[in-house]
Amino acid sequence: MSTATAHGHDDHHHGPARTGIMRWLTTTNHKDIGTLYLLFSLMMFFIGGAMAMVIRLELFQPGLQWVNPQFFNSMTTMHALVMIFGAVMPAFVGLANWMIPMMIGAPDMALPRLNNWSFWIMPFAFTLLLCTLFLPGGAPAGGWTMYPPLVLQTGAAFPFLIFAVHFMGISSVMGSINILATVFNMRAPGMTLMKLPLFVWTWIITAFLLVASIPVLAGAVTMLLTDRYFGTSFFSAAGGGDPVMFQHIFWFFGHPEVYIMILPAFGIVSAIIPTFARKPLFGYSSMVYASASIAFLSFIVWAHHMFTVGMPLAGELFFMYTTIMIAVPTGVKVFNWVATMWKGSMTFEVPMLFAIAFVVLFTIGGFSGLMLGITPVDFQYHDTYFVVAHFHYVLVTGAVFSLMAAAYFWLPKWTGHMYDEKLAKLHFWLSVISVNVLFFPQHFLGLAGMPRRIPDYSVQFADFNMVSSLGGFAFGLSQLLFAAVVIKCIRGGAAATDQVWEDAQGLEWTVPSPAPYHTFDEPPPEASIVGGMR
Amino acid sequence: MRGSIDRLFSGAVVLVLTLFSGLASADWALNMTQGVTPYSQEVYGLHMIMLWICVIIGIGVFGAMFYAILRFRKSKGAVADTWHEDARVEVVWTLVPFLILVAIAFPATRALIMMEDTSGSDLTIKVTGYQWKWSYDYVDEDVTVYSTLAANSNAARQLDSGINPADVPHYLLDVDQEIVVPTNTKIRFLTTAADVIHAWWVPDLGWKRDAIPGFINESWALIEEEGTYRGQCAELCGKDHGFMPIVVRAVSPEAFEQWLTEQRADKVAERAAEARDWSLAELIKHGEQVYNDNCTSCHQAGGEGIPGMVPALATSEVLAGPVSAHAEVILNGRADTQMRSFAADLSNADIAAVVAYKRAKWGSADALLQPAEVALLRNTGSLADAR
Repeated sequence: MSTATAHGHDDHHHGPARTGIMRWLTTTNHKDIGTLYLLFSLMMFFIGGAMAMVIRLELFQPGLQWVNPQFFNSMTTMHALVMIFGAVMPAFVGLANWMIPMMIGAPDMALPRLNNWSFWIMPFAFTLLLCTLFLPGGAPAGGWTMYPPLVLQTGAAFPFLIFAVHFMGISSVMGSINILATVFNMRAPGMTLMKLPLFVWTWIITAFLLVASIPVLAGAVTMLLTDRYFGTSFFSAAGGGDPVMFQHIFWFFGHPEVYIMILPAFGIVSAIIPTFARKPLFGYSSMVYASASIAFLSFIVWAHHMFTVGMPLAGELFFMYTTIMIAVPTGVKVFNWVATMWKGSMTFEVPMLFAIAFVVLFTIGGFSGLMLGITPVDFQYHDTYFVVAHFHYVLVTGAVFSLMAAAYFWLPKWTGHMYDEKLAKLHFWLSVISVNVLFFPQHFLGLAGMPRRIPDYSVQFADFNMVSSLGGFAFGLSQLLFAAVVIKCIRGGAAATDQVWEDAQGLEWTVPSPAPYHTFDEPPPEASIVGGMR
Repeated sequence: MRGSIDRLFSGAVVLVLTLFSGLASADWALNMTQGVTPYSQEVYGLHMIMLWICVIIGIGVFGAMFYAILRFRKSKGAVADTWHEDARVEVVWTLVPFLILVAIAFPATRALIMMEDTSGSDLTIKVTGYQWKWSYDYVDEDVTVYSTLAANSNAARQLDSGINPADVPHYLLDVDQEIVVPTNTKIRFLTTAADVIHAWWVPDLGWKRDAIPGFINESWALIEEEGTYRGQCAELCGKDHGFMPIVVRAVSPEAFEQWLTEQRADKVAERAAEARDWSLAELIKHGEQVYNDNCTSCHQAGGEGIPGMVPALATSEVLAGPVSAHAEVILNGRADTQMRSFAADLSNADIAAVVAYKRAKWGSADALLQPAEVALLRNTGSLADAR
């Protein structure tokens, strides 16, 4: 990064004000903070992944061989919390930090000190959460959804869980406010809203979702806290409360949360596919409107996560209709991506490979989502491995694959080096094959009647579980290759050009590679701003 | 653990062999059951319609995409077009999916209305979920069944039990006492729970429904074929969520009436047994079984409990204290702990027996508590002058 001074138009600038650990603790630079977020999320990805390996190991064959049921439940609970709040969300915030100021021609984020604070809360939050593994009674084991009354049976870990969730929430809300403030105040002259890259657009929408939904989660977990320690009975029927109310409040947060983890992914894929198809994004404005429609719908579909709680018929019908309606704007996005490829001039570098895999596999996850939205059939699918397969298709081959694509796409801009294409291709092919061996059989398991969150199962489920576990081990190991490619790329490699990719377009590709410590102290010339391409 | 590594390795070998031997003798069920109720068949039909719609759209979308990938490659000399906006196609691919969804909504709505209509039932069964078993009240029939994981499955499912689950019939899907229901009868199921949320699910009936403490949910089933149908709890309910199966045996209405009569006779016998005095040896013998069926999932077979969660019995003050207080803990549970009340699912004889067993094994085998005295405790809240 200290090479910033080497670049002519930045020569009156300096690199980081401090060196060593203090640089990272006190930094207010959007690129430093982006890097911190990305490395943190990579670390959490491996911690959450290790928990997934424990789960797949125990499910490798019927009978209990490795862990007791309580610890198994801790693993499923912690795996979800770590992956959602520790790996996927911070990774997208990291990308936003790195890329949004450069994409809109801003010198930094609007609120740099807030930015520092929103990152540095995260390590505290996860220390709180992960240390529960060593507490008497073990880590939380009531599921990441924290349904009462079960979650109230958590041992000493309970307050740790609640406050960890609070900290993660504060961090997310501060990060979102910062992104909104940045995009609405710091766009370069001429960068109108309808010229913003889709990645920025999807992040605006995501940030609104976060600001609206995280306080709802904070309220829900605070009520859990007072139910446990201060004698309230919000969620206890015996005291006049309602355990189902928690589920409504939780999923009012939880469903927007699902889109928080996928909208930025849409933005990434909308940047990558046009680049490697050498053709502008098809239907830019319809992509913006589709994203906004998905965000709106995400607030009125929450109860499809709880069709079996016994809602009135009118409620079940309403949530079924709104839920299947989401397929319309989502379909528009998929069709637009395919139309972008149509009559293009495609090459298949690793970011493009991951983006194509994203479109196919995310769509498969979307199909199973549509099936799950049909309430009467959901009475069979609900809480089975069919659901597990569904959300791993949208979250692993959806969100995580888009993150892999983004990492390969922008690594040359971040480091100034090209990554090792051969190794990265190997990573792609191993991942895309093993992830399907891992998750596709889970559809069959769910349809055959295997409930989720069970540590042991009847022998009729043995064969597909073994296949799934083998796929899981292969997928887990393949991700070590990703870490290797990233480390290799940071340490060296062929020098990247400013534009990096032949048809890369947008302001971030006009600055040198690696991007200097400070960019766009002077706004870019208006003529360099071309909208509606990505 | 070393055994597990060996099994892991041999499992991998077996898997490869199985794949190469044409999937011989393996159970590779791919699809949802059609079930045995009109509703389950409706659901299966909807599921297949949805599946085929998804497959057809998938073939269209992925087909176009892979055609583009093969055809429009730079390496094949493809030159990029500038075509990137077309309001007409946008309208088409917004409207067509919308119309498909509207078409799907009709049969889905019809099925849902059918499911929610619980009127006109001939039998009502109240299902209560406990950590970790089910109870079934045949409403107005004076029959109650408690249903726990079968003993052979329970033994095999312990960590490193050394028992091969494949050798246990219906591993994890078998219970000590199945419930019996009549065929071709509209049965209304009321689901509720005593502690945390559970979900009652028998795939062959076509639905699952949450069992929520303080709430009663209604569902129904009309089973058309005699047979034994198995299911499981489907909502995470703690440590032994995976070990509270459901077994429903559907028989002809006549055979069902006969079963009800037998159940009532058993109950009469049980009440007679509670009225007489038991010897200590008798109580301990029965108590061991009660303990194994109800207590081991928390207190463990050796009474050692779970560090940090469940206290060990050997050092328990309750076992060293008065016998009536001991029975009261079992009857009423302990507030703010996982020790719940067993008043509903254990009979007076069961409680007297398990108290005797535990005290003989870990506490002071001092005073003997008779089932009749437990009845007094249960009804009046104290042994009054009896002790």
